[in-house]
Amino acid sequence: MWSMVSRLKREVFPLSSTDTTTEAPRDERRDAEMARITGALGAAVLDSLVKANDDMWIRVSADAWRTTGETLKSLGYSYFCFLSGIDWLPSPFGKGEEDPTEPTPERDSTIKQGYTGGATRFQVIARVMQPFTSLGVNIKVDIDDSMAIDSWCSVYAGANWHERETHEMFGIGFNGHPDLRNMYLPSDFEGFPLRKDFPLLARIVKPWPGIVDVEPLPGDDEQEGEAS
Amino acid sequence: MTMLGDRQQLAYIAAQAADARVNVELETEGMTLNIGPQHPATHGTLRIIARLDGEQVVWAEPSAGYMHRGYEKLTEVRTYPQVTALVNRIDWLGSFANEVPFILAAEKLMGVEAPARAQHIRTILFELSRIANVSLFLGDLGVQLGAVTPVFFAFRDREYVLNLIEAATGGRFHPNFDRIGGLKDDLPAGFIDETRMVMKKLRTFCDQIEDLLFGNEIFQSRTRGIGVIPKDVALQYGLSGANLRASGVDWDLRRDQELPMAWNKADWKVWTHPDGDSFARCWVRLQEVRESTKIVDQLLDTIPSGPVMAKVPKIIKVPEGEAWVSTENPLGEMGYYVVSQGDQGPFRVKIRSASFNNISIVPWLLKGVYVPDIITILASLYFILGDIDR
Repeated sequence: MWSMVSRLKREVFPLSSTDTTTEAPRDERRDAEMARITGALGAAVLDSLVKANDDMWIRVSADAWRTTGETLKSLGYSYFCFLSGIDWLPSPFGKGEEDPTEPTPERDSTIKQGYTGGATRFQVIARVMQPFTSLGVNIKVDIDDSMAIDSWCSVYAGANWHERETHEMFGIGFNGHPDLRNMYLPSDFEGFPLRKDFPLLARIVKPWPGIVDVEPLPGDDEQEGEAS
Repeated sequence: MTMLGDRQQLAYIAAQAADARVNVELETEGMTLNIGPQHPATHGTLRIIARLDGEQVVWAEPSAGYMHRGYEKLTEVRTYPQVTALVNRIDWLGSFANEVPFILAAEKLMGVEAPARAQHIRTILFELSRIANVSLFLGDLGVQLGAVTPVFFAFRDREYVLNLIEAATGGRFHPNFDRIGGLKDDLPAGFIDETRMVMKKLRTFCDQIEDLLFGNEIFQSRTRGIGVIPKDVALQYGLSGANLRASGVDWDLRRDQELPMAWNKADWKVWTHPDGDSFARCWVRLQEVRESTKIVDQLLDTIPSGPVMAKVPKIIKVPEGEAWVSTENPLGEMGYYVVSQGDQGPFRVKIRSASFNNISIVPWLLKGVYVPDIITILASLYFILGDIDR
């Protein structure tokens, strides 16, 4: 019976209306929660951001990293979601779509941090959540040239493996972590694969053809070109 | 609930002391047992190194990384629509469910919302992936304990679900069907009737498994009271999904989180179990399959009409920003932290997979258990290798 598959007529649907209201939407629940967090953390919070009906971000100073975890846990954020790193350096290799025989084009290497800003190339980001309310907060922290930060293992036991992974992939150390062995790579592996200046060799030796391969979407046969 | 954990640890210390006395008399020494990387109980290549004292585990350490594919690095050289082909292969038994949170994160950054019909069909396919995934778990559970029959039942009935997924998406295991702004295609003709029939079969399958396995005395004695995870430990290790609900935490992201999906349009129940042992984890999963069939049945009745694709640009450029979206996948909470810098591809994607956190509790959990229980505990935690290593 599955051979008799018939498809409905393809139609396009207008982009869901993003109403042009002048006021930014407010999110009282998250605003109140953010006030509670920044109140409890005090001067440790360098910057904070609440996106209405979306999420919360804070950036804390590196000295207060461990106490931030402890404070958040005492505020009910008992669920540890993840911890990882971000390397904000734009990749010097681009997306590997260039012809390797051509000279490499000039690339902008200005470091541009995301939400709640930052001062360093590397940042560690962690997320903890309140069970039941499903409110979560993303905590960022700048990693200075010492490339190390306090470990969260004693606060959230689940941070153990995430810190091992971050150490392996970004070369960020965690003071007080019991065991920072490699998880995935051989123990004598050199380099930190998720850093932007670590080349993806498969792309260096052979350019990826897929970057120009754009799959036509339903409705494209009716109108050509870029709809906006 | 801490009491349980403390009691377990205390019992372990007492057992250690007793064993130490025996060891002095008998001059026994510990040994290291290497389970895997190739072992039927590991669903792939997870290696467990266990230090034994007699029949008890003193120290255990899972060794992952035999299947690390570096998806987080690969996403940085892909465009957004290309990423779904990668993330399909994270949890390969419930692939469609992996695509959804990534697509939702991209849609959130772009300010696009899929049409109601697409949201509905997404939810149906999401639940079908869950049924395909977890029904295999239920069958596999028996094999770990030496019961061979359930796994044949599971493979038989999972096939019906895979046929449905194949009919709708074209792929049994790697659908790659979700698109930014909707779905690749509408449902094929006859899908709704066929799905209703299969859901009925799956409910019968659940009853059969319950009769075959859950009432079985051997099964109960091998799982009840084994591998107890208290509530607070589960939370701080970031356990999610059925593992967390089996420890008595009544938290399901499908119910407790606002997402542009259709779960809130169906009437269903989140099951929890107070025990936190291996039996509870298996039992909660059994109930979840039943609830999923109910969700699918109800959603089939109410699929709204309309298109399945919103109008999105041909070349997708996602505005600058950061977004986190996670959903309640078959294995637990699966989420993507997507950082965009206004390019055609993501700047950084952190993939938070459920099994990685679920397995990180193993060194804590295996302390003091007996060797045969390692297998049941690992089976009841339910992990998929691709979901640990990514």
